[in-house]
This record gives sequence, C-alpha cells and structure tokens, in this order.
Amino acid sequence: MLDNILTNIDILIGAPALALDMVVNGLLIGAVFALIAYGLALVWGVMNVKNLAQGDFVILGAYVAWSLFNWGIHPFFGIPVAFGVLWLLGGGLYLFDFENKLASNMSTGRRVLFFAGFCLIGGLLGMTIVDNGNYSVLASVPDTFFIGILIAVFFVFLVFGGIYGFVIRKVIERDLFTSLLATFGVAIVMQQSMNLIFGSDEQTVSLGMESISMLNNNVTIQPTRLVAFLCAIVLAIAVVMFMKRSRMGQAIRATSQNARAARIMGIDTEKVYAFTFSLNAAICGAAGALVAVIWEFQPFIGLIFSIRSFVVVTAAGLGNLPGVIAAGLGMGVLEQTGAFVIGTQYQQAIVVGMLVIVLLIKLVIASRKRQVIDT
Amino acid sequence: MNTGFAKSVLYVCVLALGIFLPIIFPAYIGQMTLLWLMVIFALTWDILGGQMGYNSLGNIFFFGVGMYAAAMIQVSMYYDLAEYTSPAGGGIYEFSFSQYFTGMTVGFTVAALVSVVFAIILGRLVFGLRGPYFAIGTLAIATVAGELVSTWELVGGGGGLSLPNFPGEPSGSRTLFYSMMFLLAIATFSFLKWLYSTRFGLAINAIRDDEEKAEGMGIRTLQHKTVAWSISAFFLGIAGAIFGNFNNFIEPLEVAFPTTTFGIFMVLMVLLGGKGTLWGPVIGAVLFHIIKELTWTYLLGWQWVALGVLIVITVVYFQQGIMGWLMEKYPHWFGIRVEGAKQRLSDMMDEAAK
Repeated sequence: MLDNILTNIDILIGAPALALDMVVNGLLIGAVFALIAYGLALVWGVMNVKNLAQGDFVILGAYVAWSLFNWGIHPFFGIPVAFGVLWLLGGGLYLFDFENKLASNMSTGRRVLFFAGFCLIGGLLGMTIVDNGNYSVLASVPDTFFIGILIAVFFVFLVFGGIYGFVIRKVIERDLFTSLLATFGVAIVMQQSMNLIFGSDEQTVSLGMESISMLNNNVTIQPTRLVAFLCAIVLAIAVVMFMKRSRMGQAIRATSQNARAARIMGIDTEKVYAFTFSLNAAICGAAGALVAVIWEFQPFIGLIFSIRSFVVVTAAGLGNLPGVIAAGLGMGVLEQTGAFVIGTQYQQAIVVGMLVIVLLIKLVIASRKRQVIDT
Repeated sequence: MNTGFAKSVLYVCVLALGIFLPIIFPAYIGQMTLLWLMVIFALTWDILGGQMGYNSLGNIFFFGVGMYAAAMIQVSMYYDLAEYTSPAGGGIYEFSFSQYFTGMTVGFTVAALVSVVFAIILGRLVFGLRGPYFAIGTLAIATVAGELVSTWELVGGGGGLSLPNFPGEPSGSRTLFYSMMFLLAIATFSFLKWLYSTRFGLAINAIRDDEEKAEGMGIRTLQHKTVAWSISAFFLGIAGAIFGNFNNFIEPLEVAFPTTTFGIFMVLMVLLGGKGTLWGPVIGAVLFHIIKELTWTYLLGWQWVALGVLIVITVVYFQQGIMGWLMEKYPHWFGIRVEGAKQRLSDMMDEAAK
C-alpha cells in the first residue's frame, strides 16, 4: 500500500498537468463545500446550534432539483417562486413559530394575505406536477436547472420551517451536546424519509454537456462543475452583501456578537434566529441543486457532507468568512489529490481523518495557550 | 430499613427475571441477549456521559475493537488468519470443544486488554477536547476505524469474517451467550455501583460539575478521565467479543462499528432513563429495547423515522429522563428532604429553560 502511495506521488510530480487538473477540479468542487460550510458557520455562530443535519438538508435540496428536472418546469413558474421565496424570507417566518406568535404578531389582513400567497404557490406547484412536463421551458436544460435551484430553495425552506419550530427553537442557547444530538435525530428522520420517498438508488441530474479539455487533454473540466462553481460564487457574494449591507444582516451580526446586548438594543432575536436558520436552509437548498448536477447522490450520503462542513468550519473558525472559503476550497483540493494518492476507496476515511487532524491541531494550539497562561 | 428491604426485593426480582425468563420463553432468548447488551451499552456510556460530563459519540469504537481482537485471536490460534479470510476459501475449518473454549477465553482477555490500551492511547489525544468537539472527535474516530477495517484485507475487509462455530447443539450456544451477556451486565452494574460510592465516583462527578475547579482542588483530571474511559472500554470490549461470537459473523460497518445505530442508541437509552444515575441507564435500556422491537415489528418501513422522532423528542423535550423526572416529582423517594426543595428545583428548571 505504501508503494502504491509513493508511485502515485511520483506520477503527480512527473506530470504537473495532472496535478493542475486535480487542483482545478478540487477548487471547483471546493466552492460547493465552502457554500455549505458557510451556512453551517452562520447557524453555529449566531444560534450556537451545531447542525449535524446540514448534509441531509443539502441532499434534500438535491432531490428537489432532481424531481423538478424529471418533471420539467412551467415557464412562468420561476417568477412567482422567486417572489414567494423572497417574501417568505422577508416576512413569513412567524408562520412556524407555533406557540402563539402567529396570533399576536400578525393582523388578520396579513394572515389572509399570507395564506392566499401560500395557496397560490402551492397551486402553481400542483399544476406543474399535474402537467407533467408539458411546458418545458425553452426546451433547454440549463434554464430548468436555474429555476430548479429556486424551487429547491423554496422546498427546503418549508421543511426547515417545521424543523425549526419544533426542534431548533427549543435547543438554542442550551447545552451544546443537545443541539448536536437533536439535529442528529433530525438527520436520521430525513435520511429515512428520503429513502422511503425517493428510493435508495443513486441519482444524478445530467445536463448532457461535453466536457472541456485543455493542455493536450491533460486538464479536463466538467462544465457542470464550472456552472456550479460560478453559481456558488454568485450565491456567496449575494449572502455576504446581504450580511454586510441589509438591516437584517446587521441584526444577525449583532446577535452573534452578543445576543443579550442585541435584545437590549431592540433587536427581536427570536426573529433573527428564525431568519438565520431559514437563510441556512436556502443556502443548503441551492447547494443541493449544485450537488445534484455534479455528483451522483443517494439518501444516506448526507452525513459525509455534514462532516465536510464541520471540518471546514472547525478549521476556519466561526465568523471568519474568508477563512471558510479558503478552507472549503482547500478541502476540495485535498480530497481530490488525497483520493488519487491513497486510493478512492479511502475517500470517506480521508474526509473523517481530516476532521481528526484539524481537531488535533486545535488541541495542540489550545494546550500551548494554556501553558502560556501558566507561566 | 424499609427502603433497604424494597431494594433487595428489586434486585432479587431482576435476577429472577434474568434467570427464568429465557427458560419460560426460549424463543426470545436472542432478544434477551440483545437486551442485556443494551444494558451494558447504556451503563458504560453513562460513566463518561452522565457521571463525568463528557458526551462521547464514539464509545462504540471499543465494542468493535474488542470484537475484532477476539475474532482474530480465536482464529489465528489454530489457523492461518490470512488463509482463513481469503475470498478463495481454503477448506473446512473445524474447532474442537477444547480449542473453541481455550480460544474464547484467550480471545476475551485480549479483547478487554486491547480495548483498554486503545482507551489509554486515545484518551491522551481526545481528552483535551471539550463539549461538542469531544463528541465530534470521538464520532470521527469510530467512523475512521470502521472505514479502515473495511479496507483491511487480513480480516476480510468489508466482506467480514466468520467466527468459529460452536461445537455442539445450536440451543447450547444460545444459552451460553445469553448467560455470558447476563453475567457481564450484572458484573458491570455491580462494579459501577461500587465505583460510584468511592472517592473516584465523587472525583469524576467533580469533573462534570466544574473541571477547572476540580483540577484546582488537586484532582488529577486527565488520569481520572483516562481511567473512567478505560473502565468503559474494558466492559465494552468484552461485550463486543461476546456479541461477535453470538452473531457468529462480524463485519466492520454494520456489526462492529455501527456509529449510527448502536453508537447512538447508547446515548439515547441513557437520556431516556436519566443520565448520571445508576438505575437510569438500566431502565432506559429496557424501555428503549422494548420500543425498538415494537416499532420494528409494527411500523416496519417507518421504524427508523419513528426512532429519529424518538431521539428528537427525548433530547429536546424530555432530557432529564425517567429517573430525573421521578426525582423531581417524588424527591422523598430518593431521601431528599428539604423544605421547598421541589419548588426551588422547578424554579431552577424554569430558569434553565429560559
């Protein structure tokens, strides 16, 4: 086995183009990891909830994108969905605050409007499903793919709302282990439900595009990966701009710095929590659609995405966005080269092994710090 | 006097159930072996999770280590292991009565020792991690172990490995492994009952309550943590060795290192019963096993969804567990007699809930 590793390293050194291929591909998939990890860092930093179900939310988004791809999508559907998503993000979050917020905080008119909008979106979705793909948009796949992202965002958002209302809201600011275990339970429920609904076969969304070759066919880039990379970049920029510029983004950052002080300053932290969680949901939905076009996926693959995002967030630290992006990209490159050097059957072990290594490095740093205080 | 009498009645009842139930219902003897295994899981998890405040998600690692160590010893004492596990198959492997039991005795001893050694080595590595990092780190170790063993050709890789067949009637083997598991559960329980009454028990409780202060008071925290983990590993290693022989076939991901099934069940059982108590894990394990078997029988297909929901409900809404709830409701049963204690406790709960 050691011989194998050494020969593979020799090959890598002897053929720089091959190494370049791995780095490029690693960076392309790393962008998706970074996106997922950023969602986790947001929830972890603001709400102190360690979401072990992150990967399963991503896979749910992937399944939504896949189902829509199979059905074909109504041309005018993307617009109301985009609208509905933004609207829900903006004002509809209290729907999922099941105890009494709905009654006390919404006027009757707003509630009627809300449910009307809800029914409209549901009806449109139903129409699309019943029509069974008769209205394929412009007959070209990338269009459906982009609308698919929007709908994936919407669906994952809805599921998240329920999970938020019944589970996450109860574990915010509680003991750290509680959130880990509670979200693990959520992860099991989601995996198994997806298994029952979609079956355990491996699925993928094939856009049927030719791969691009460069440098005497030594560097091969899948165009889907390129598209996913660009989408991830655009999404990341949008989220960052939102966090920096908007009022809600400011409130989120204030809450993550000091929730109590934020409450004193008049920020409704409950609302911030709900919003943060749903923002993470939206990010996961979009990332899931990207995962669907890049890889084959099945219901039980979510845990490995959760572990990847844990590695990235643990390595980068909370609230350190450039760090998260760098670590995500680095993770992609390391995984690609690691899988080549050690062997693809070790891929899962490589990911988890990276987690152990990152934790050990943190441990060493922490013990150094402790000794500095001692002396 | 009265409570002492009630306690001895309880112990006699449990012992009688353990001995006579498999005789009355011989069809369920396999189920009851699993039940005692669950009790061992819960008790050993509670040493760290409940009494010491270190929530490990990777304790199942020692179960797998013990299982593989015992299996390797039992086979390689009489045959060549590489040949035995080779996919081509190298003939018929028979174990005589004395070979079988000698191998088992040596195998179980080695399993326990190897688990303890691993606990000491890993303890050095992971006990600097706190809170969720400890949980994730231990989970990662168990997952890595499963992945690595499934690529290790010497022990059959992902295809697994069959253990020596019992030389005799199948019913004899069932009785044997049932009694082994039952005795191990009793031994674990008695040992922990004694352990929690010593200074060591108080020391690990101090670590749970405030590790820095405990260290300041002169408790050697790393040593205590390592010893506690080794105790847990010792019993888990033997339990793994027994379960491997009981199952007669072992395989890395589903049987030996099942982080997402047994590894989570042990946490759930303790939380259900009430962590940090002696009887809580036992009650939780029995109740959980019954619930699990019922859902597996009557909700087939949806059993995992039901289980996930159970995890969420237990963790989010009922974390004090059955024992914790009883202590809150009837403190006088546990010899707690402070005026207004109930009120204060519920006030504290309200405060914590906020």
